[in-house]
Amino acid sequence: MEATIEVTGLRKRFGPTVALDGMTFTVTPGKVTGFVGPNGAGKSTTMRAILGLDSVDAGHALVGGRPYRTLRHPLRQVGSLLDAGALQPARTGRNHLLWLAHSQGLGARRVDEVVGQVGLASAIRRRAGSYSLGMRQRLGIAAALLGDPPVLVLDEPVNGMDPEGIRWMRGFLRSLAAEGRAVLVSSHLMSELQDTADHVVIVGRGKVIADVSVADLIESASGDRITLLTTARTQAMTVLAHAGATVAVTGADTLTVSGLSGERVVAVLGENAVPFSEVSAHRASLEEAYMELTRDAVEFHAAVAEEAAR
Amino acid sequence: MTMTTYRSEAPPARDGFGQLLRAEWTKFRTVRGWVIGLVAAALVIVLIGLFGAAASNFSCAGPEGRSCAASTPPVGPDGEPVNDRFYLAHQSLSGDGSITARLTSLTTVSSSDNQKTEPEPWTKAGIIIKESTTPGSAYAALAVTGGHGVRMQHNYTGDIAGTVSTKPSWLRLTRSGDTITGHESTDGTDWHLVGTVSLPGLPSTVRAGLFAASPHHEVITESFVSTSATSYPTLATAEFDRIDLQGTWPDTGWTGDSIGDRAGGGPGGGAEPPVGFDETGDGVTVSGAGNIAPIVAGRGGLGKTIESSLVGAFAGLIAVIVVAATFMTSEYRRGLIRTSLAASPRRGRVLAAKAVVIGAVTFVTGLAAAVIAVPLVGAVERDKGHFMFPVPTATEVRVVVGTAALLAVAAVFSLAVGTVLRRSAGAVTVVIVAIVLPYILAIASVLPSGPSDWLLRVTPAAAFAVQQSVPEYAQVTASYAPADGYFPLTPLAGFAVLCGYTALALGVATFVLRRRDA
Repeated sequence: MEATIEVTGLRKRFGPTVALDGMTFTVTPGKVTGFVGPNGAGKSTTMRAILGLDSVDAGHALVGGRPYRTLRHPLRQVGSLLDAGALQPARTGRNHLLWLAHSQGLGARRVDEVVGQVGLASAIRRRAGSYSLGMRQRLGIAAALLGDPPVLVLDEPVNGMDPEGIRWMRGFLRSLAAEGRAVLVSSHLMSELQDTADHVVIVGRGKVIADVSVADLIESASGDRITLLTTARTQAMTVLAHAGATVAVTGADTLTVSGLSGERVVAVLGENAVPFSEVSAHRASLEEAYMELTRDAVEFHAAVAEEAAR
Repeated sequence: MTMTTYRSEAPPARDGFGQLLRAEWTKFRTVRGWVIGLVAAALVIVLIGLFGAAASNFSCAGPEGRSCAASTPPVGPDGEPVNDRFYLAHQSLSGDGSITARLTSLTTVSSSDNQKTEPEPWTKAGIIIKESTTPGSAYAALAVTGGHGVRMQHNYTGDIAGTVSTKPSWLRLTRSGDTITGHESTDGTDWHLVGTVSLPGLPSTVRAGLFAASPHHEVITESFVSTSATSYPTLATAEFDRIDLQGTWPDTGWTGDSIGDRAGGGPGGGAEPPVGFDETGDGVTVSGAGNIAPIVAGRGGLGKTIESSLVGAFAGLIAVIVVAATFMTSEYRRGLIRTSLAASPRRGRVLAAKAVVIGAVTFVTGLAAAVIAVPLVGAVERDKGHFMFPVPTATEVRVVVGTAALLAVAAVFSLAVGTVLRRSAGAVTVVIVAIVLPYILAIASVLPSGPSDWLLRVTPAAAFAVQQSVPEYAQVTASYAPADGYFPLTPLAGFAVLCGYTALALGVATFVLRRRDA
């Protein structure tokens, strides 16, 4: 089976609310694909549609070229984690994995393997009701890995994890992708996907706003801006403005300069004897890039709304 | 960079319903509350049975301090407890032969006030050939009844209708080996065969003669929550003439015997009817009270049926209903249903696997409870002095297995309702109202027998008919209400009603499970 997810033109309404409005994207193997958008953007609904749990009014979602509902041992092809809290609290973590394994024709040995992979061996024989959210997330990942699937669909897997857990999860997701799996990870916080995602699908209001590689996204958001560290902030702003640059204050000793190359900035500051300690090319964070993108989207929506109101 | 698609090294597995069954069984056994719930159901069934037996009080003191020797009734040739009390004018008959008599009148009086009354429908008088005068011995009788014409009856349960209903009625019984043949006639010349019965092992010398018996007059008044019965003894007097004895009759005249005369434990109050016989010219007049018939189980009876060991089934059923509904609704409550349906997208099969698992574990639990309760409670009842209505092994197996099957199918019903409603409180309420409530209303004498019968026909509680172990006898007037242990439907038909409701609920559950977003 081809390790891909193809989502094409999904539409779904819940009464008067449009949940999915032509959602279309593809998840390819060997990459972690971030699925980002504010709460209510349709991420979870899309994931449920991929897993055949929710029906859609139009469009289709295919996993490895087939609708999920036609898969015979789905967990051997798609591992998923939708809600880490979906556990019977009286059942131990191990028994939760055991019934899932049995449903796919797998045995207890496979359960013990995945428990080791997610580092939950010490707690696995305890009632799931006693687990912290972080442990539930690990149990959910173990469940997703049971069938050793080429495709993984994970809804907010780092939600509620401590920093150590988040670091582990990032490395783990990257290693899964490095093995050639297609990994779709949703989050409502772009920063959570920093250093994890290779590609992001950014959604809002039930459709895709951007479908772009993380490298391209950051490059476009960074532009040709320069970060300048200086103790003489006012003086620096004056001379650089005279030289035709746009200058913004981004910290106590930090200025962001655009409109001039790095060499010109150094030259202008030197000519005017303005002291500075560092000049570097500005690199946008994923979060900044996301904010830039969604600001456009928000402004666009605001403008449309205003026009409509007139 | 080109990435090669990930290939799992896991061995391929067969796709089968067996895997789903195994997964659902793992789910069930790993939640301790469910296992405990079923064990509790079994315990409740056994304990309520034992409690009922322990709490039942059996005491009887005969008049004037006589002992209660007759508290255990005589047993007929087939093992069933019987009434065998009547007045008999008899002689011995050796070998083959026949007795013929004409019954000219049959009248009854109420023995409480000696006023003449209408004969009871099953007041009977006629001729009889009986193994001996010991109560419970084999017999064949041809009698005129108060309301059912000529009947040929034998060995307490056999009852064949004749055609003559006018008086005088001619009656003839002919013995030939083990075979007794009955004929009736309106004029003594034109005889019709009523029936031929076999009394295996009948000795060569038997008692034969004229008898009269009349059961108590019973009026059962039912109202909401209460039932009251008024009962008084009646005395039948029958006049016979044209008596013709063929064969070897060594005695020289009639001997009168009050067969099965109560040695004590009779209904209190009321003078004993003046039973006896008189020879008048070529005729004989016989007056008798009592009945020759099987004893019918019921509210007022002293005997216990095997299903009375299983009265706790309704309480066990409540526990089963809760466990079965929760087996499904807890998945909705926790969102686990999404995990289940992602693991097995063919949703109908998930429901089917769950139904098989909950049905099977409930069946085994119910079977264990019934197999323990029936002998255990029976032993306590016997120890208390009650007699048990004996039933054929096949009937006992049907009651035990039927009770287990009733619990199992009710569990599946509850699971299906839980699937539709997705809330345990709602599902449990619906199923209890559908099955347990009608049963309790009908059985606990809360409702009169009319509405009770109706409830036990149209609600899933009809399935409790699988527990009825004793038959209704057309030839015995008694209250055959649900409160007496008599169900309006046959065991199979009653069980089919529950199965029908369950099939319907499963159909709706499958439909909504497939259609709904998980």
